[in-house]
Amino acid sequence: MMHAQGLTKTFNPGTPIENRALRGLDLHIETGQFVTVIGSNGAGKSTFLNAISGDLLVDSGSIHIDSQDVTRLNAWQRAGLVARVFQDPMAGTCEGLTIEENLALAWQRGEKRGFGRAVRPELRDMFREKLARLKLGLENRLSDRMGLLSGGQRQAVSLLMASLKPSRILLLDEHTAALDPKTAGFVLELTDQIVAEQKLTALMVTHSMRQALDHGERTIMLHQGRVVLDVAGSERANMDVPDLLAMFERTRGEAVSDDALLLG
Amino acid sequence: MSFISLMGALEIGLIFALVALGVLISFRILNFPDLTADGSFPLGGAVAATLISGGHDPWLSCAIAAVAGAMSGWVTAWLNVRLNILQLLASILVMIALYSINLRIMGAPNVPLLGEATVFTPFIGEGGDSAYWIQPMVLVAVVIAVKLGLDAFFASQSGLALRATGANPRMARAQGISTNRYTLAGMALSNALIALGGALYVQTQGGADISMGVGTIVIGLAAVIIGETLIPSRNLWIITLATVLGAILYRLFIALALTADFIGLQAQDLNLITAVLVGFALVLPMLKAKLRRASGAK
Repeated sequence: MMHAQGLTKTFNPGTPIENRALRGLDLHIETGQFVTVIGSNGAGKSTFLNAISGDLLVDSGSIHIDSQDVTRLNAWQRAGLVARVFQDPMAGTCEGLTIEENLALAWQRGEKRGFGRAVRPELRDMFREKLARLKLGLENRLSDRMGLLSGGQRQAVSLLMASLKPSRILLLDEHTAALDPKTAGFVLELTDQIVAEQKLTALMVTHSMRQALDHGERTIMLHQGRVVLDVAGSERANMDVPDLLAMFERTRGEAVSDDALLLG
Repeated sequence: MSFISLMGALEIGLIFALVALGVLISFRILNFPDLTADGSFPLGGAVAATLISGGHDPWLSCAIAAVAGAMSGWVTAWLNVRLNILQLLASILVMIALYSINLRIMGAPNVPLLGEATVFTPFIGEGGDSAYWIQPMVLVAVVIAVKLGLDAFFASQSGLALRATGANPRMARAQGISTNRYTLAGMALSNALIALGGALYVQTQGGADISMGVGTIVIGLAAVIIGETLIPSRNLWIITLATVLGAILYRLFIALALTADFIGLQAQDLNLITAVLVGFALVLPMLKAKLRRASGAK
């Protein structure tokens, strides 16, 4: 369960470039729910995700994950509860480290790290088995550096890393945006599979209305730092991209001009 | 070059191998440009020399010198992560402060160790004739132990977290790694090694001197760069090995340049030679690539 209430965040307050990224955002996500998030550029999607992960602290409002108030905790303190996959394939992994070392880092997400060997034989076997399920041939490349992998492969490994240890919420920040359509499709399919298998609570930001409707079970739209649209169940099941677009225009009373929203 | 001067070069090279390993941690692994070395190297020397001349056990003195070095590195990192002072500037502040602190510790601009028992004394027989080759051998053992210890650490859970902190701090935090804490610890470790180098240095040179730290960081960096130029690798245990070899080679080059009479170089030209060597090591990868292209074009 994730509960965000009245989140506000203003960048550069009191200056000409003041940006009110979040303006009282409320959102409640039940345990096991897979929510997709859409919104135009500057709607506050990334800020919202960074606020949940602790990468930035909100100015006011509160965030609860399960029963725990995490509002004032920073990113590394929340890591035991929050798993995430970044938009940039370079951001979620260490390219100088090997595949198995990256997985070993994720294997201890949010746990105390000691002086024992990080990559033990039994861990290596487990990593190999998990990598084999990606069907990318990575199970034979455990000691290859991460930097040798393609963007799609890196995102697939990032996804695996995020799901290696249980989390209370999985954050996916446009994690297929930097990939070609075919690879993006593969990574999305993998996402669905992992979320369903582990019954994860997940929040996926996407630029594509198509993706937002095709994945997950609930879709919200952000605009000017607030949730302006929230659809689920049969209402959502009967929806198509033009319906979503029309609903958005009705809610805001203005035409959507951002082409990016129409894509997909 | 005589055998004795060769062993002398090896001896100083091995001591600077410790410094270079410290510089490797700050500059390469933590991505933290740190000039504290110019203060922490003489700090280690000052602490060790003062304690030894006060009649304390030389190994214990080395350990305390390393702890003092760790504290100086920790302060530099603290200025950066807590007070947001630029990394280079934070290290320069600590370096300058250490000059006064070192003078306070020594109580005078230099502390002689002639006739005192050092870590090398038990290994050297009566009369001290064998010191010129025994001392380097003891240092080889110390450097190998430190290198293997570091290799094991870098492969551990904490070591991996330290590497992630330097390579991708955002990812590290997402994995629950407190990048601030690891920066503090990594910088402490780095300067502990540099101070240990200083502590051993004064015991081979017969005493500590307030100006012994000048240029430490350049020599350490030179060793790291020479190492990674000669043996380029992504494998950390090879990188630490290359760093150690880089430090020894650097001292051998220097000794060679200074003893080759026909070149006409003297001791005061040391810093110039260092600059030329580092400059050469920096452009070597580019020259290599050019050569490869030229031969490929044929």
